Parts: sequence; structure tokens; C-alpha cells
Amino acid sequence: MSERKAPAPVVNVETKPFWDATAEGKLLIKKCNACDEVHWYPRSMCPFCHSMDTAWIESSGKGVIYSHSTMRRTPVPYCLAYVTLDEGTTMMTNLVDVDFDALEIGQKVEVSFADTGEGNALPYFTTV
Amino acid sequence: MSIKGKAFIAGVYEHPTRDASDKSLPQLHAEVAKGALEDAGLTFKDVDAYFCAGDAPGLGGISMAEYMGIHIQHTDTTEIGGSSYVAHIGHAAAAIAAGKCNVALITLAGRPKAEAQKVGTGGGGRGPMFDPNAPELGFEAVYGPATANMYGMAAMRHMHEYGTTSEQLAWIKVAASHHAQHNEHAMLKKVVTVEDVLNSPMISNPLHRLDCCVVSDGGGAMIIVSPEIAKSLDRHCVKVLGHGESPKHLNGGKVDLTYTGAVWSGPRAFSEAGVTQADIKYASIYDSFTITVLETLEDLGFCEKGKGGEFVMDGNLISGVGKLPFNTDGGGLCSNHPANRGGMTKVLEAVRQLRGEAHEKVQVPDCDIVLAHGTGGSIGTRMGSATVILGREDA
Repeated sequence: MSERKAPAPVVNVETKPFWDATAEGKLLIKKCNACDEVHWYPRSMCPFCHSMDTAWIESSGKGVIYSHSTMRRTPVPYCLAYVTLDEGTTMMTNLVDVDFDALEIGQKVEVSFADTGEGNALPYFTTV
Repeated sequence: MSIKGKAFIAGVYEHPTRDASDKSLPQLHAEVAKGALEDAGLTFKDVDAYFCAGDAPGLGGISMAEYMGIHIQHTDTTEIGGSSYVAHIGHAAAAIAAGKCNVALITLAGRPKAEAQKVGTGGGGRGPMFDPNAPELGFEAVYGPATANMYGMAAMRHMHEYGTTSEQLAWIKVAASHHAQHNEHAMLKKVVTVEDVLNSPMISNPLHRLDCCVVSDGGGAMIIVSPEIAKSLDRHCVKVLGHGESPKHLNGGKVDLTYTGAVWSGPRAFSEAGVTQADIKYASIYDSFTITVLETLEDLGFCEKGKGGEFVMDGNLISGVGKLPFNTDGGGLCSNHPANRGGMTKVLEAVRQLRGEAHEKVQVPDCDIVLAHGTGGSIGTRMGSATVILGREDA
């Protein structure tokens, strides 16, 4: 997996705080101040109660594998996954530094950051 | 207010090509339009509405309307990926019922094979799924969500929750291949076994190469008309009985990949048609991957949720063998998947079945009520779902 370069994400004014925090090794998620629900991907408006009063909080970076699939048709195989964070929301990611054949749904994982070389880093996850 | 009986499919056409390197994209759209009009016994002069989706080149429906020289009073470019054309039937029927138009043309065409695209509705990094302003893009594209691995994650989760197996998924391909052997235009005509599927190379686990649909060029078109025009035509017109559609998305991170938008589009279509699953003699089910079919069959209520694996086993989807004949042209898994969008071809084979014009080896006897379902985008992220229920002219 280390052979696969971390690509730079598309960033806009709404998502810039998230990507800036990744440079400091922080995984931010959005929480709604009106209904207390967390959501993914982060956005200004809560997708559950539609309040505009949402705030960035730092995730523990810990979670479990919701599902995964390892692409074998690319020069370097890689694992696409959904991870359900301990805070309760589920995000798309890659599982890295893992044995692709030994992965199991429900397995515990934690975040690790890969520098994109563009001032931010991609949150990946690895098994613990 | 309902569209039941307010519109008829008067003409259909499927392009025989599977490799259109000798044709342009506008040319393909025009050829399928002409074919469907000729099938209906109508001409371009009769067309007063045009429906198309993201595969139509240029500005919405305007560029192709100009190319084809049609003068229309109603247009609809609803874009929900491969399910668009199934949704267009409902939209055209509603427009006809509202008096906005009388003869609606719907086209689909694409040449992903000629353009050497690998996967994806948007195609080769272009199109709506790659819009830099799409809100999800920054949080997904960086992780390499190719089509097969997104569907792979859905299959993996379904297996985890319900015990579905690769053998069960393979039966869907086996059934499609039994039908495709009779379709002279099918890309894959060889009948395959469960073992063949399991022994094919792993693409993105748990999906093997033979769990995936083909990449093909081609296209298709339909003509939807008012009851008055249907009555005036010699051709057997197919009655639109019901329609339902719904997008499904990741719901703010409350992710559940074990079901599709068919859980909402299906009941709406059944309710409008006033029929039940037991009335359906034939079903065209979008088959981008075997898992797409399995989840959709459950969501449409043909079996209990989680029992799709048992339902598809032992040839239950094979015409003349099982209880629910599906995709008797070989579907996307074996015949074609023009523009990487399979909704149109699903309807075309459903119409053939109702007209008694499917291949004699796969024609369902006394086929009076059928269902066609389209899925667009990805069941691993966000999708369009559209269901139609169609009947014979006298249904």
C-alpha cells in the first residue's frame, strides 16, 4: 500500500477546515448543535434536522470495519472500505498496512494519515 | 391521479452493435430513435417530446433534437444514471396524462468500448460523478472507488449479515448465460456453470470477473404514446401500468449497503399498477453485477429480505426452469451494457416478452404482466432506482 501515492483531495471553502486539520493529524467530523447527531461527509447543514448550526469536533479516530473490498485489477491492489467511527458515523476510506485476506467486518481499526504533499493528509485506517 | 393506462410503449429498438468504433455518439442516438419510430409505425415528424439522460451529447435534449431535426414541445433530461430511462417512462406517461405531449421519444446510446473506458456511469473520469463541485467528491475520489469495489463492499456486507454466498451470486450469472446463448447479438453466449464463475479471476472481492457485466457500445430507444395514438397504430402497444422511483444515498453516514432504492420504487410501482409480485410473469432486473440483482429481487419483494441467495439458486431465474424468468436477452451480464447504463435494455426485453417477440427458447408463455427495474450510480454509495410495471395492450 505504501507504493500507492496519497492523492490530493478536492478542497473547497466549506471543507477546508477538515483538510487543514489533517495536516496536524486530526480527524474532524461535524456535529449538529441542534439535534446532537454527528454526520459524514462533513457539511454546513445537518442532513438530519437541517439546522445550519453545526460544529467541527475531533473524532477519536477509532472505529470498526463496516465493509471492505480489495481491488485486484490495479497494478497495486488496494482496499476500499467503510469504517464506522466510535462517534457513530460511517466514512469511506482505505485500509492500509493490513493483510487484505485477513480482514473481517467488525474488526477494530484506527486512523493513520498519509501526506499528500499538498499541505494536507488523507485519513486511512489500519487494524489494531 | 395515476398514470395507469394513460400511456403506451408503441415502439422499441435495440442497436445490434456491441462495438461502435465506426459510429459517432450522436449517430448512435439517431439510429436507435429511427429504429424505434419505425417499429411503432411513426416518424420523426410525429415526435413532440424528447427524453434523454447524461449519455446524450451536448446541451440537455437540445443538441440531439437539433441533430435529429425534431420539433418538440416537451423535454426532460432527468439524470439518475442507468435507471434514467426507466424513470423517463413514468415521466413521459405523466406528461402525456397532463396533456403536455402525445409522442415521446426516449434514447440511450454510448460507446465506452470504442473509447476504451473501463468502468463507471460517468465514464473514464468524465461526467456527473466526477463533477469537482459534487459535495462527496473530496471525501471519496481519493480512495479509489471504482465501480467493482463499491459493489464489492455491498456484496461483502450482504454476505456478513445474511450468509449469502459466492455460489448463490454465481447462479445469477448462470441464469443469464442460459438466456444469452439464444441471443445472436450477446457478447457472451457461452453457457457457464457456478464453478466457472467462482474460478474466474477475482476483480474486487467478493466479486469475480463473471459477477460483473460486460462493457459494450450500443443503445436503445422507446416511443411512449397516448392511448388515442396507441389505438391508431397497427403495432402491439404495451400498457404502462405503474411506475415508482427513488434515489438512495449514504444518509449522512448512517450507511446500509444491504438494500437498494428498490425498497421505495417497487411498492410505488406495484401500488399504482394494482398488482402483486405473484402477478409478475417476467422481470428485467438491472444487472451491473450479480449482487445488484440479488439485492433488488429482495427489495422488490420477490423474496424475503436476506433470502435472495436461496431464491436465485438452482436455476430459479431461468426461463422455462424457475419461478421468475429474468433478463431473457442475457442482460448486462452477458448481452450488452451500452453507455455503462442498463436501464433501457431492461425495458426493451420486457416489451419483447409482452409482445411474444422474445426468442422462442426464452419466451415466457402467457406473458401478460412484467416488471422492469433500473439502478443507476452505485449501490455502494448513491443510486437512482426506478421500477415500471407493464402489461399487454389489453391488461
